[in-house]
Amino acid sequence: MRVGLFIPCYMDAFEPEAGIATLQLLRRFGIDPEYPFDQTCCGQPMVNSGCHAEARATEELFVRNFAGFDHIVVPSGSCTHQIRCHMTSADETHEVREVRERTVDLVEFLHDVLEVDSFPWAEFPHRVSYHSNCNALRGIFHGSMSERREPARSKPLDLLRKIKGLELVDKARPDECCGFGGTFSVFEPAVSIRMGQDKVRDHADAGADYVVSADGSCLLHQKGCAKRLGLALKFRHIAQVLNGDAA
Amino acid sequence: MSEELPRKAADGLPALLHDEVRAPSDEGARGPAGERLTHSEASARPLGRPGNEAQPRGADRTGVGPVDHDRAARRFIDAPQHAKMHDERLWDLRQKRDRQMHAIPEWEDLRDLASGIKQHTLANLADYLEQFEAAATSHGIHVHWASDGAEHNRVIHSILADHGARRLIKSKSMLTEETGLRHYMTGVGIEVIETDLGERIQQLDDEDPSHVVVPAVHKLRSDVARVFAATLGTDPTNDDVHYLAEQQREKTRPLILEADAGMTGANFAVAETGTFVVCTNEGNADLSANVPPLHIASIGIEKIIPRIADLGVFIRLLSRSALGSPITQYTSHFSGPRKGGEMHIVMVDNGRSARLGEEDFWQSLKCIRCGACMNTCPVYRRSGGLSYGATYSGPIGLILDPTFDRKKYSALPFASTLNGSCTNVCPVKINIHEQIFAWRKQLAQTGDIPVIKRTLMKAAGAVLARPALYRAAIASADSALRILPAFVAANRFNPWTERGRAMPEAPRETFHQWYARTNGGRREDQ
Repeated sequence: MRVGLFIPCYMDAFEPEAGIATLQLLRRFGIDPEYPFDQTCCGQPMVNSGCHAEARATEELFVRNFAGFDHIVVPSGSCTHQIRCHMTSADETHEVREVRERTVDLVEFLHDVLEVDSFPWAEFPHRVSYHSNCNALRGIFHGSMSERREPARSKPLDLLRKIKGLELVDKARPDECCGFGGTFSVFEPAVSIRMGQDKVRDHADAGADYVVSADGSCLLHQKGCAKRLGLALKFRHIAQVLNGDAA
Repeated sequence: MSEELPRKAADGLPALLHDEVRAPSDEGARGPAGERLTHSEASARPLGRPGNEAQPRGADRTGVGPVDHDRAARRFIDAPQHAKMHDERLWDLRQKRDRQMHAIPEWEDLRDLASGIKQHTLANLADYLEQFEAAATSHGIHVHWASDGAEHNRVIHSILADHGARRLIKSKSMLTEETGLRHYMTGVGIEVIETDLGERIQQLDDEDPSHVVVPAVHKLRSDVARVFAATLGTDPTNDDVHYLAEQQREKTRPLILEADAGMTGANFAVAETGTFVVCTNEGNADLSANVPPLHIASIGIEKIIPRIADLGVFIRLLSRSALGSPITQYTSHFSGPRKGGEMHIVMVDNGRSARLGEEDFWQSLKCIRCGACMNTCPVYRRSGGLSYGATYSGPIGLILDPTFDRKKYSALPFASTLNGSCTNVCPVKINIHEQIFAWRKQLAQTGDIPVIKRTLMKAAGAVLARPALYRAAIASADSALRILPAFVAANRFNPWTERGRAMPEAPRETFHQWYARTNGGRREDQ
């Protein structure tokens, strides 16, 4: 099984430890992913701004980097959603289609492909509020959604429940958007920051010590909001928790 | 931190905001025997006494450039009492909607069915419209057609003029907001009295409705007291909701009794029967329709459903989605003029048939105006409906407004995080967030996005497509902040930090640098 590893641009620049945890975690399961050196971005910032033509060359580069892998693992539900559902600026060749179909988010890869049943090396004796990125939840369906009448299920929570000592807490608004929204965060900063502040207060009111998510971009935004509010919350990518990184 | 607060209610769903309701001191609405009323509105969390915060005003609709949602949203957020009340009020409606949904096992099937009925009807719209017209005409209703808002207003005016009518009472209708009916009627000397309480408040305050179902939801009761004091002569210091409602009733009832004509909208028009249905909670549509001898109903052509048997599907979904109540207090069927009276229907297109031809957007015509997408939208809840500067606000507004004026509302599809909650609550399964996404693409293609945004995205796209350039650009976290598109400062402020959000800390090295230095961790044992 040839596995390619895509490290999203935000993670590369700001959360390298989450990328390292992803790589080490995959190796624990006997998978040594290849890291194509010319990778940059999935194109989402341009596409979400409506600028599809401007994303074309970036998408083509992505496909050149990742063609031929059996799985392309991405530690981000949001980037996975972009690649799988919205990567349409590049001509839809067989190669492009294959790359899009073979892209999986880290949570999906562990839960659905590897069907992991334990993380014996990991322990996280803390109270955790899990944050669902909206594209991960409502775009690639990481779990059930509060707006729909459907049986409760969650891939990331299934994984976190296998971690020794980890206690999940309930928020008042379990899956409300945190307001990051990509370029929304800078073009509508007032609403974005207000949403972020409400979100981190909800984590804190639920009694969380840590906020854990499968998406670093939301966490970057929430971390900035929590810091200014003086909340003692700590933030971790799910890969770090599952890899047993020290808290 | 209030760690003792229960996070879940007895039913296992997230705790309601108003779980303290029914405490002896909760100030909520009570019946004659002093018992706490439990219908939908009365079971909302009673608001505490507001302070003296002035009501923030909405976006400027008269400017030449595109409506600036961000600027108006800032004003709303900078009025903390208003912002907090608005978010909690609407979240309360969303939670009540969730509870109604959980009480109905076939909820998702109902949504499928409603969506299917609407799709079928829209695909055969011309036939159903003709069927409706023939049936309505056969029981004595005069049916008129208007291709746009201006024609609609002229038709209404000519009907009123034929009857020498000088005063028109009307119930709430988003269609007449689209056409600017009130403004038009003022110009031709006809007095219009809104009979829906929220809409009447908005009329007296000379403000547009901020929500399709609860038009004055952005106002605190102190705002209403100020409006009524200035326009109805009530006590400006008394903001008791019962006092205000009673005063409005006292002042408006005589006007209703003396009106020459009444207008309603319609929630549904049934093709097979030629009848139409109006759903309200105040009974005001019935007053508007039944007190004066002349009843005129304005109906958008997309309101058609084929059969009376289809109606139940929508009635079950409408109020549950809108207010979280099982049904509206009044569901009134109109089938013809009463003895000695006259009934007219104006069927209005106003851009609808053009929208029907838009591959990406025609499904927006399924909308039944329940407002559930607004109640759930985290952006709408925090920015207030008037910040959209348009007839329709919230998620449905983002996809409808540009069809009316593409330039003016070109920025609205960007007032969204694309989180998708709107699509999930929509009772007729409009793919709202996908249409918002599609609008962005269309607007960019036709050059209707700001030059600065296009330039930034072009630059970002150029750097992200060239690995060497990209690596050089993000070599330090500081420079990364300048090149990663979400952080690009679009103006002289840094929008990331400007309003209380700290910058990310700079890591020692990027993942890429770590990988290169350690050969992917294989050399890291040093």
